[in-house]
Amino acid sequence: MSHTISTRAKQVDRRPMTFMESLYIPAILKGLRITLGHIFKKKATINYPEVQRPFSSTFRGLHILNRDEEGRERCTACGLCALSCPAEAITMESAERKPGEEMLYREEKYAANYEINMLRCIFCGLCEEACPKDAIYLTQTFAPSNFDRKGFIYKKDDLLIPFPAETTQKIETK
Amino acid sequence: MFLLSLSLSLVIEKVILISVILGGSLGIAMYSTWAERKVAAVMQDRRGPNRAGPFGLFQPLADGLKLFMKEEIIPTLSSKFLFVLGPSLAMLMALMSSAVIPWGPDIVTSNGTISLQVADINIGVLFIFGVVSLGVYGIMLGAWASNNKFSLLSGLRAASQAISYELAMGISLIALVMMTGSLSMREIVDGQHGFWQDGYFSWNFFKQPLGFLIFIVCSFAELNRAPFDMAECESELIGGYHTEFSSMKLGFYLFAEYINMFVSSVILSSLFFGGYNYPGMDWVALHVPPILFSLIGVGVLLGKAIGFILFFMFIRWTLPRFRYDQLMNLGWKSLIPLALVNMLITGAVILWLNK
Repeated sequence: MSHTISTRAKQVDRRPMTFMESLYIPAILKGLRITLGHIFKKKATINYPEVQRPFSSTFRGLHILNRDEEGRERCTACGLCALSCPAEAITMESAERKPGEEMLYREEKYAANYEINMLRCIFCGLCEEACPKDAIYLTQTFAPSNFDRKGFIYKKDDLLIPFPAETTQKIETK
Repeated sequence: MFLLSLSLSLVIEKVILISVILGGSLGIAMYSTWAERKVAAVMQDRRGPNRAGPFGLFQPLADGLKLFMKEEIIPTLSSKFLFVLGPSLAMLMALMSSAVIPWGPDIVTSNGTISLQVADINIGVLFIFGVVSLGVYGIMLGAWASNNKFSLLSGLRAASQAISYELAMGISLIALVMMTGSLSMREIVDGQHGFWQDGYFSWNFFKQPLGFLIFIVCSFAELNRAPFDMAECESELIGGYHTEFSSMKLGFYLFAEYINMFVSSVILSSLFFGGYNYPGMDWVALHVPPILFSLIGVGVLLGKAIGFILFFMFIRWTLPRFRYDQLMNLGWKSLIPLALVNMLITGAVILWLNK
């Protein structure tokens, strides 16, 4: 008796072929019927760049740094996101807001540099949860491929959402 | 002077015919590679090449260009002459067997008849057999010359497979030749005129179903195609005989396989499925000009051949590869006895009918 650990293990049938089996033709016809059936099946592949599958609503992708309603950066460089990050992917440098920069930064302190290493990041979303200022969010896209390791270190310019057009005009008119 | 001008026009006619056939079979082989990938995709619920041009139709051109641009590598310890000879021989032999195939009915004009066959030799079937068995030398020489043990094993397999299956193939054809009474391809095809004759189907398939079965199995083996692709067996022998080949030499091997497939499809349809004959051809012959009639014949033959090519692909993407001992058992213990029995029965029936 053979002893098996798994209940799914199946003994290979090593009996010699019967006459019908040795003709091969019934088995070949059976196989051809299966492949013929696949001609009419729905294709599993989608035409990727033109058609994209929707992500799930809880998908955690690339980070963005948010602005408030007036287009000012929300991040105050408190470092809670870096602290909560299990992969230690986030680094930042803080700076103090100077007079006249009130329309750029929301609070007196802001992040002069903000970097996320997308190769280290595990997209767990803990930074998003840790942020007290609603400054960092995970979006529904993923990091595009790159030829360089350096290219995966996303700087503040890559992360910050662009300035809303109307606020840009407001600042320019001021 | 008269003789000279006559032969010159004949030479020109044949040169044009040969160029058309060469170009045609190259073109069909090119698009066979595309079709193979599409067929594979369809059977595996995928899409297949669809980026280069509409429906990926420029894919063969892109593949060819890629192969041309690749670096040409000849291993240092290989036999250089044989290494180059291998793919050339494979390609040459693949193209040569199309010489005796009658592509369509003769074009009869007021100035004379134009034959749509390069050479109507009275031993056409034998010629094809000779060329096909020479074709395996391309694989063998290339495999041996690359000085790689996997290639050598592959060459060995290809040679033994070709020898084993050629026997059954030849014997199954002897039955056919006994029925037709001729080795000429033209006469074999003309013997299957129309579709219905003397109260029975005229195509040889209906007279020799077992012979057809043996012949098609053997042509799979001769083509080195799945389920008999022992020679290139990726999972055991890396790439088999073309492991060491690169650039257009590899391209020649791959291309020769597809040309072989086309030619053997044409041979299969000529020998067993009536070649350029189709139901109601006598009626068509009376109602259309002779050139059009011949072209319809060519179209019918090509249609049958394309059907066979698709069948070859269909089989390839359905069946797993045979084990080597299964292959040999099937060849020697099943197909050859079957072919012999088929021959004996055919001979007995012919004797009985002629009595």
